[in-house]
Amino acid sequence: MVILPELVLVAGALALFLVSLGKTPSEQTAKSVAMFFGLATFVATLLAFQSQASLFYGAYAVDQYSQLFKAMIGFSLALLLILGQNLKGISPSVRPEYYLFLLLSVLGLMMLVSSVELIAIFISLELSSFALYLLVPMRDDRTGIRVQMEAGMKYIFFGVMATGFMLYGMSLLFGLTGTTYLKDILAFLAQGNLQPAVVVAVLLVLAGFFYKLAVFPLHFWVPDVYQGASNETTAFIATLPKFGAVALLIRFLTVPTGQSSFLVELMAVLALCSMFYGNLSALVQKDIKRMLGFSGIAHAGFVLLGLLSLNPDGYGVAIYYIAGYVLMNLACFLVISNVSQQGENLRIEDFSGLYQRQPVLAFVLAVGLFGLAGIPPFVGFMGKFMILTTALRADHLVVVCLAAINTAIAIYYYLSVVKVAYTVDPGGSPAVKVHPAIQLTGVVLVVAITLLGALPAKFVDFASTVVQTLP
Amino acid sequence: MDLLLIKEGFPLLSFLIFLPLAGAVVLLFYHGAAFARLWALFVTSLTAVCSLPLLTGFDPASAKYQFAEVHAWIPRFHINYIVGMDGISILLVLLTTLIMPFCVLASWKYIQQRVAPFMFCLLVMETSMIGVFVALDFVLFYIFWEFMLIPMYLLIAIWGGPRKVYASIKFFLYTLAGSVLLLVAIIALYLKSGSFFIPEMMWQPYSLTFQVLVFLAFFLAFAIKVPMFPFHTWLPAAHVEAPTAGSVILASVLLKMGTYGMLRFCLPITPDATMLLAQPILWLSIAGIIYGGFTALAQQDMKKLIAYSSVGHMGFVTLGIFVLNTRGVEGAMLQMINHGVTTGALFLCVGMIYERTHSRELALATGVGRYMPWFVTFLAFFSLSSFGFPGTNSFIGEFLVLAGTFEHNIILALAAIPGAVLAAAYMLRMLQKIVWGGTANPDQSYLTDLGVREIAVLTPFLLFVFWIGLGPQPFLDLMHGSVSHLLEQLHHWQQHQQVAAVLWH
Repeated sequence: MVILPELVLVAGALALFLVSLGKTPSEQTAKSVAMFFGLATFVATLLAFQSQASLFYGAYAVDQYSQLFKAMIGFSLALLLILGQNLKGISPSVRPEYYLFLLLSVLGLMMLVSSVELIAIFISLELSSFALYLLVPMRDDRTGIRVQMEAGMKYIFFGVMATGFMLYGMSLLFGLTGTTYLKDILAFLAQGNLQPAVVVAVLLVLAGFFYKLAVFPLHFWVPDVYQGASNETTAFIATLPKFGAVALLIRFLTVPTGQSSFLVELMAVLALCSMFYGNLSALVQKDIKRMLGFSGIAHAGFVLLGLLSLNPDGYGVAIYYIAGYVLMNLACFLVISNVSQQGENLRIEDFSGLYQRQPVLAFVLAVGLFGLAGIPPFVGFMGKFMILTTALRADHLVVVCLAAINTAIAIYYYLSVVKVAYTVDPGGSPAVKVHPAIQLTGVVLVVAITLLGALPAKFVDFASTVVQTLP
Repeated sequence: MDLLLIKEGFPLLSFLIFLPLAGAVVLLFYHGAAFARLWALFVTSLTAVCSLPLLTGFDPASAKYQFAEVHAWIPRFHINYIVGMDGISILLVLLTTLIMPFCVLASWKYIQQRVAPFMFCLLVMETSMIGVFVALDFVLFYIFWEFMLIPMYLLIAIWGGPRKVYASIKFFLYTLAGSVLLLVAIIALYLKSGSFFIPEMMWQPYSLTFQVLVFLAFFLAFAIKVPMFPFHTWLPAAHVEAPTAGSVILASVLLKMGTYGMLRFCLPITPDATMLLAQPILWLSIAGIIYGGFTALAQQDMKKLIAYSSVGHMGFVTLGIFVLNTRGVEGAMLQMINHGVTTGALFLCVGMIYERTHSRELALATGVGRYMPWFVTFLAFFSLSSFGFPGTNSFIGEFLVLAGTFEHNIILALAAIPGAVLAAAYMLRMLQKIVWGGTANPDQSYLTDLGVREIAVLTPFLLFVFWIGLGPQPFLDLMHGSVSHLLEQLHHWQQHQQVAAVLWH
């Protein structure tokens, strides 16, 4: 029962494997099976929400912290499967495999947030990453120049390099402490056995997760992968792995290094570089997915700003921020996947007159973008506000001012998409027909974005108390 | 919390804030154009009627925040839902609630496309405007303050004139860029004072450097909203392109938020910085008055003319606030209301011509007086009011501001005088052209005079023009308690500082 969500995902992956064995795999079957297991995973995460256990000789911890992340991952997975249900960019013959690897990747993420031992962390991360590397080139070759292959190669090369850093850091940690259990590493270092190599080791491990979160300078894969992967795959890359990255960043930031001021300064610089680089580059993008990719880099900087206070308040706020970020991104990708007629990439001007072609989607898009821009009362504002508060409490006045200025830069490119959707004449663009279920999902996202933004107290309190229970 | 007079029983202020929002939600489900018009009129009228008990229940003698409500919101960050109202905000709240039904009426025929979303934006706008004036928690204030940008942006961007895209983006970027540092200042104040409750941030012994930094962050945000002289360029663009209702809301309510912010936040939270920096701001106000006057004199577009006249009028308001004496501040507050009434009415008048001739060019509207006698009657009174003709409302406001300025500094007051003369020049120029016209009038025999709806819209404005002009005492009484309390505290603060300085040496 304690690992029910993982078991459901494994069962789902096996079922899809069987579906893929058929000579002519029916896409409808694959879709139904995937949807069923996606929703079942979400239900399972809720059922297992209160579980507490330590499994596999203490390498796998099921606690409130991991279950909170699993619930968020499960919820996002369910939404993701609904909003990308048409899978327009993937050829029907490989759809069962697509869903198979998607579920495996989510399984890796679920295992990742529960892992408290270096080898277990590494294996779960690789399970999640490799499944994801395969999803990118599965896009059908519509352009003839195989951009999806380029994206896949870039993703895997950068990813493997980041993994190499991380593995090196882990080996250093093992060498310094003689154990691979995080708990024992913490205890050993807390006794004062600190040396400069510890901070190097921790930084190298962090680099692996900075890559997932797309923090400067490990962000290079973002624009090309976002553009090259199909809309549905990008929606996945842009959302769920961020949970895993934040969960593990928090776990490793609790490792005492003896050099926390150096770590904080470094993270502040990285956060600012991410924001400026992401926002300034996003200003000139024509492709909506590239734009969202750069905006994601900027938001990763904001998450880092929340983490650098190095206290449970900051961590709780960072979890809140990433939850809100995923919701807003899902809202945007819901619109992108459904406005795209055959799964092609969309330029910003392709949203012309969306307000007349499909008012509900235009509304969802506007809420998602205003939320990302940090306009109240949406969750983006509350997250930004709380992160700035915790950062200023930790006396980073200059960083906070620069971050605030960044929000003013960012508004321009978000607003220019809203402008196109609401003020430009649709011209010859056809009306967009969407299934009522998708409209409903969009409305659910809008409500969630607004409610989480207007009433954040419960979530932030819960996240902060949960973080305090970490070893 | 002894600064609050908690309202037991019915939460009137929250009701006023959320009634329009609830009305807007209904419009999401029923889209009919006719229904949307009637429903929006009903909701705004109901809000207006429900706001009248504020007047009867208000105790002008007390400087406390009345009708207050307190609810815990985000305890971890000491954020509470606190609303309340004092003599500074009551008139602005009433102005907002009373003007909104007329905005709906003014859009009755003007808006033909997408009526339900338009009314949705208007209602959401009303929620956030009332919220800004009654919020006593800084986060709550900031949420309303920023959220307002979205509906206002959509009002201009969707239903605006030919250059609506440019104007709406300029409006959004300017105001948003101004207020990002406001957020940092709010957080910094919270970390110093331990709470987001606005009155608890006031009159605290912050260091001068801190005060100056906070003041500058405040000032940038509020000066852009007012707009003060070097930050005013978004205003003519936004005014010209916005639909009539949007222009009225902009002129009557939105601009007041800047001056309200200066009065509510700059003075009591950063008193030393205010006194230190008052002088340059006073001269900026003078620059705004003169500049607005001269630019208005040169305009061919009636909306632009009135927009630039707003820059001048708001210059008088900031002048009155920063001379820091009772006459000046009360005059400034009265002038805020006057400008809301008069300029709102002028925009309505221009909108009525525009509905008929589809042009705002002064040259194309010359001589309409012959065919629209009712119209020019109203226009004449509002124009007279705009340049402060004795007997109209602006005369009282400008007189008080100038009296306060003379008390403060004669040179400054003399420098402001040409602004009043310029106002007469540009308003009379417009009036003369429209009523009598020149020799080369376009043919306007097709024009019809005002209908009953339009007369009903303009009459209440005229009523207030004369009421405030002939008997301003009830209005001044409402604000007097809070204003004198504010200035008394400022005076105390000054003396306290001087004593401290003497003891130090």
